[in-house]
Amino acid sequence: MKIFLFLLRYNHNTIMVNKLLLLGDEAIALGALDAGLSGIYAYPGTPSTEITEYVQNSKAAKEKNIHCSWSTNEKTAMEAALGMSYAGKRAMVCMKHVGLNVAADPFINSAITGANGGLIVVSADDPSMHSSQNEQDSRFYGKFAMVPILEPSNQQEAYDMVRYGFDFSEKYMVPVLLRITTRMAHSRSGVVRSAGREQNALHLPSDLRQFVLLPAIAKKRYSKLIETHQHFTEESENSPFNTYHDGPDKSMGILVAGIALNYLMENFPDRNIPFPVLKIGQYPMPRKLVEKLESECNELLIVEDGYPMIEELIRGYIPGPKKIRGRLDGTIPRTGELNPNILAVALGLPDTTGLPVPDLMVGRPPQLCAGCPHIDSYKALNEVLEGLPKGRVFSDIGCYTLGALQPYEAINSCVDMGASITMAKGAADAGFVPSVAVIGDSTFTHSGITGLLDAVNDKSPVTVIILDNATTAMTGGQDSAGAGRIEDICKAVGVEEAHIRVMRPLKKYHDENVTIMREELDYQGVSVIIPRRECIVSVDKRMRIKFKQKQ
Amino acid sequence: MKKDIILAGVGGQGIISIASVIGYAALQEKMFLKQSEVHGMAQRGGDVMSNLRISHQDIASDLIPFGQADLIISVEPLESLRYLGYLSPTQGWLVTNTTPFDNIPKYPDIEKVIAEITKLPRHIALDADKLAKEAGAAKSANMVILGAASPFLGLAFEKFEDAIRFIFRTKEESVIARNLDALRLGREFADKYI
Repeated sequence: MKIFLFLLRYNHNTIMVNKLLLLGDEAIALGALDAGLSGIYAYPGTPSTEITEYVQNSKAAKEKNIHCSWSTNEKTAMEAALGMSYAGKRAMVCMKHVGLNVAADPFINSAITGANGGLIVVSADDPSMHSSQNEQDSRFYGKFAMVPILEPSNQQEAYDMVRYGFDFSEKYMVPVLLRITTRMAHSRSGVVRSAGREQNALHLPSDLRQFVLLPAIAKKRYSKLIETHQHFTEESENSPFNTYHDGPDKSMGILVAGIALNYLMENFPDRNIPFPVLKIGQYPMPRKLVEKLESECNELLIVEDGYPMIEELIRGYIPGPKKIRGRLDGTIPRTGELNPNILAVALGLPDTTGLPVPDLMVGRPPQLCAGCPHIDSYKALNEVLEGLPKGRVFSDIGCYTLGALQPYEAINSCVDMGASITMAKGAADAGFVPSVAVIGDSTFTHSGITGLLDAVNDKSPVTVIILDNATTAMTGGQDSAGAGRIEDICKAVGVEEAHIRVMRPLKKYHDENVTIMREELDYQGVSVIIPRRECIVSVDKRMRIKFKQKQ
Repeated sequence: MKKDIILAGVGGQGIISIASVIGYAALQEKMFLKQSEVHGMAQRGGDVMSNLRISHQDIASDLIPFGQADLIISVEPLESLRYLGYLSPTQGWLVTNTTPFDNIPKYPDIEKVIAEITKLPRHIALDADKLAKEAGAAKSANMVILGAASPFLGLAFEKFEDAIRFIFRTKEESVIARNLDALRLGREFADKYI
């Protein structure tokens, strides 16, 4: 009977009749709209961007006046969402996994303040680093902050978990972390909607000191969080998203989290898994269910997309007598995204292979578009730096990071949002001059301004090139927070007006641009060069809309 | 009926449109569907692929296991070969455009690329760009490719025509007609080729 129920739930989630075909990201956005969302806050970042865009494009959201414009960075987004929650309304904040590093301060502290209106933090991880600089696992942040974590295994769960998460958040007055991965975010499947519900009315927290984290209050709040945490575990044990499937073959018990369930099921075409399976979709871990699996099975296989977080928890530091298999013993590769074949091998089932790829195959890395303004900027920069020892251009996160590749090979770093300016400053402080920073306009307003202020205060000899294409290009052309005000911001920070130089990155101005760059590299202080030309993709999009309107 | 399809191309070549047409046709047949897309960095002129799975039974994995794809549909010849590891060695078909998209410094000799394609036991290789131009729909090479792949998708040809009419419903009649022509030219090519 239990097997039957397990399969029923699984099947129910994928039947296509009368369903909307949604990306995981879209399912989350629609789930939030239907669950009475009042505001979504985010900075674009693959693979999370489409959540906010779905709300921005929703007619219903517009009619209900739901906040959905982009934030300057993930920290401001997280704080604004917390403010909306303080005011009693339901808020969602979305980011890619590394965005949670930027938002970590308000995120961790929001667990101490607690929420008022329902508050969901969506963090989209990128195992295999399809579009990221690391594959950090956001579940650690959830554990660190001691907040509940939801992890969907399919698009329907993603939709359902949002309403569940808002309810949970309001019941326990705690923010809830919704953790997804690239594959969940960007995979499309059928979703059935629930009935819509109204937004919350404005209502402040009953204790107006709840959000005042002075040590005396914070200590009480922290104790309360630890106390409530026990209830989170009880909730996990009874959660509809944590299910126990009892199989007859107790030689192995399988603990599977989130989307990994799909890869497991793929290996059993009749969906009849002979082993006991504990599927995890809600954290903290459901202790009683884990103990049941552990006590009934001879060994455990732990399958999770991302870091071996559950596996480390179950293994503990001192090895127990039970054999535990997973990423840490090599049963599953230590890094990268899971797939059905990895599961087949882990289960001892026959692996499948296709045809060999011919030797003539070559890579086709992404590259700057034909006509991209960054190309002209890099050509000028490379000419100016010719003859100097290489390795003096610190760059940042955006399309222009592709300048690291052939044929430009123009940059020497890409670490985190804003690090170009501060790293160039540090290198200049060390005596490495000229030292150049290359950063986009959106990345500059995200996290570059404070670094520029440091450089100004220290009069560090750095040349900061702010590539201003008036958009957040890499993620698909979202609004740039400081559009049209980049010089004003630099002036206000204290860069001398004579050393704020705007240029047009076009072939016909090449010589002029080289001269500007040369002059500023020679200047022994902070200078800012702003190559300004609209992103070619944005121009194309704009022209198409214009053409359509004319017709 | 179950079809596992790899869609391949270069960012911006319109593989998502192919997926939309097949997806719509499959949904009209009350089939299950899962489709994994590529967004973000890879779209900037890099190689892109999408996993599309349609089935009358429920679908578990968002990703197709290696060696189990029924079909690779590619709008670019080199890209058609990149994902051979997914193709079923016993029954998989490869349907590809032969017009190269050369945006890399060391694009292999196109003759050799085509030779690798044509030595596969089950393949359709066609100059979709040329056929699309003949249909007066230079931008619809992807629909030509879809037409050439249509015999292997387990759905009646009219279903794809209906899907194109629906997906392009906001466009002018002439645009719809050109795309339908492109689809038909691809199909006619495949029927002769097999």
